[in-house]
Amino acid sequence: MKNTLSQTINNEKIMQKQSKRNKTNINKIISITFISLMALIVYLPTLLLIVYSFTPSKTIGSWSGFSFELYTQMFQDAEIMTALLNTLIVGFVASLLAGIIGVITAIGIYSMKKTGRRLIDGITQITMVNADIVTAAAFMMFFILIRFIPDGYATLILAHTVICTPYVIMSVLPKLSQLDPNVYEAGLDLGATPFKTLCKVMIPQLMPAILSGFALAFTISLDDFTISTFVSSSVDTIPQYLYNKLKFKGVMPVLRALSTLILVVAFIILITINLVQNRKSKQKTLF
Amino acid sequence: MTKSKHSYHFKKSHFAFPYTIISIIFVIVPLLILVYYAFTDKYTGGFTLNNFSMFGEGSLWITLGISFLMAFLTTLICFLLAYPLAIALCKINANRRFILVMIFVLPMWINSLLRIYSVKLLFNDFLLIDRGFFLSLIGMVYDFFPFMLLPIYTILSQMNNSYFEASTDLGANPYKTFMKVKLPLSIPGIVSGVLMVFMPAVSTFAINDILGSSQYWLFGNEIYFWFQKGLYNIGSAFAFIMLVLILISVAISSALNKIVDPRSKSLKSRGETL
Repeated sequence: MKNTLSQTINNEKIMQKQSKRNKTNINKIISITFISLMALIVYLPTLLLIVYSFTPSKTIGSWSGFSFELYTQMFQDAEIMTALLNTLIVGFVASLLAGIIGVITAIGIYSMKKTGRRLIDGITQITMVNADIVTAAAFMMFFILIRFIPDGYATLILAHTVICTPYVIMSVLPKLSQLDPNVYEAGLDLGATPFKTLCKVMIPQLMPAILSGFALAFTISLDDFTISTFVSSSVDTIPQYLYNKLKFKGVMPVLRALSTLILVVAFIILITINLVQNRKSKQKTLF
Repeated sequence: MTKSKHSYHFKKSHFAFPYTIISIIFVIVPLLILVYYAFTDKYTGGFTLNNFSMFGEGSLWITLGISFLMAFLTTLICFLLAYPLAIALCKINANRRFILVMIFVLPMWINSLLRIYSVKLLFNDFLLIDRGFFLSLIGMVYDFFPFMLLPIYTILSQMNNSYFEASTDLGANPYKTFMKVKLPLSIPGIVSGVLMVFMPAVSTFAINDILGSSQYWLFGNEIYFWFQKGLYNIGSAFAFIMLVLILISVAISSALNKIVDPRSKSLKSRGETL
């Protein structure tokens, strides 16, 4: 009697567990379906863009054979190539400067007292939270008032450096806390100057974080349209070029090849940073 | 020599000085210049409120109305899609989840004009939806969706499951558990998501220029227009209004966050989630 009772209780428990498992399974199936559907919707425009970059047809929807014609067209287009070069120059110089300033600042902030930290935190927040158009307008007025900075590369690089630096600081700061604080002191004790200690001791240890901060700054520079339009009228970057063509011109098939190229390069950079970060620190990091 | 070395003692925190100076010159001063222009006359340079006189006209209020309606709808649609998606993502095993989240968040770092162009290709050229308010709305949802998803996902994934189990054990049904436990706990994520979608949606002008029609304007178009025309004082006045709007919404969000969690920091931005 006793035995059967405990058995039925056991059976009930197993049944409960099974129904619970079934329920979580159904939940999971619903989740996966929903996630796949959303991913499809999110990537449908991009997929269409990539697929139709391999056909020279004027409109989307009519396939006129597989070819690299749009790509050869793109590489022969002087305007596109200039814009591409400008984007790369500005992005590279600005993110290099932002990288250097960001790393030095992060080391400074890390050993600061609360009040100083709060001040710099506030400033970086202003840069990151402020709407692009307000930052852009403020830069424009600043450059108009201070006439000696020539319009073009100088204004673009300056503005991009300022908006990118906070992101470098944000990516280096967490890694600093994982370092041994005594190493810096040891460098000083052994007779190195603060600058030398920085270059020979701190920076090598922070290299992975610095590289991902640099890549991050680079993508932000590539991403920027609003600020570039406001601060530079003589030098066009890719986003400015795209805007002008999309606003004022109708169909331009060559843009599909250009967009695909940028997309692929950007994805490779982003995935690399994410995988490197993910491998270095066990902690799951995301943009 | 040794004496002078001791009189200036270098501290590590001094490394932050260059950036402090740079950011005061290139972040704070430009904003002050903008405010100065907003309140001064173009010719005399004296104090004036005339730059804001446009706000007495009805047409500007229509622009503001459409702009806010667009931003509101964008935020709402983004939220309604992002919240269930974030819940669904949390149900996936942790080791596989990372890649999935990355898939949805990556577009955030792709040039926004490029994404708008791809939206134009699909909806305008392929599905033949006419340019206008609706297409603009689709473009904005596409453009800003990751910014809503990321903060909501971040907060949901950090939640302790035992809260929900406790709620269920205490007799609440799943609906009640969601309304009374999960949703209130996720408010900080929702607030920063709303902020990160609403503010850019109010101030953008590129999306509407490419996907919208010329029959109406958004607030961002208005600001861009005056700067392009070289009427910097009026443009600055509009940008100043935008700045005030941003400050108000940041204040509201940090107040809301303090109510929910007194220890939480004021605002989560793109960089902080790194």
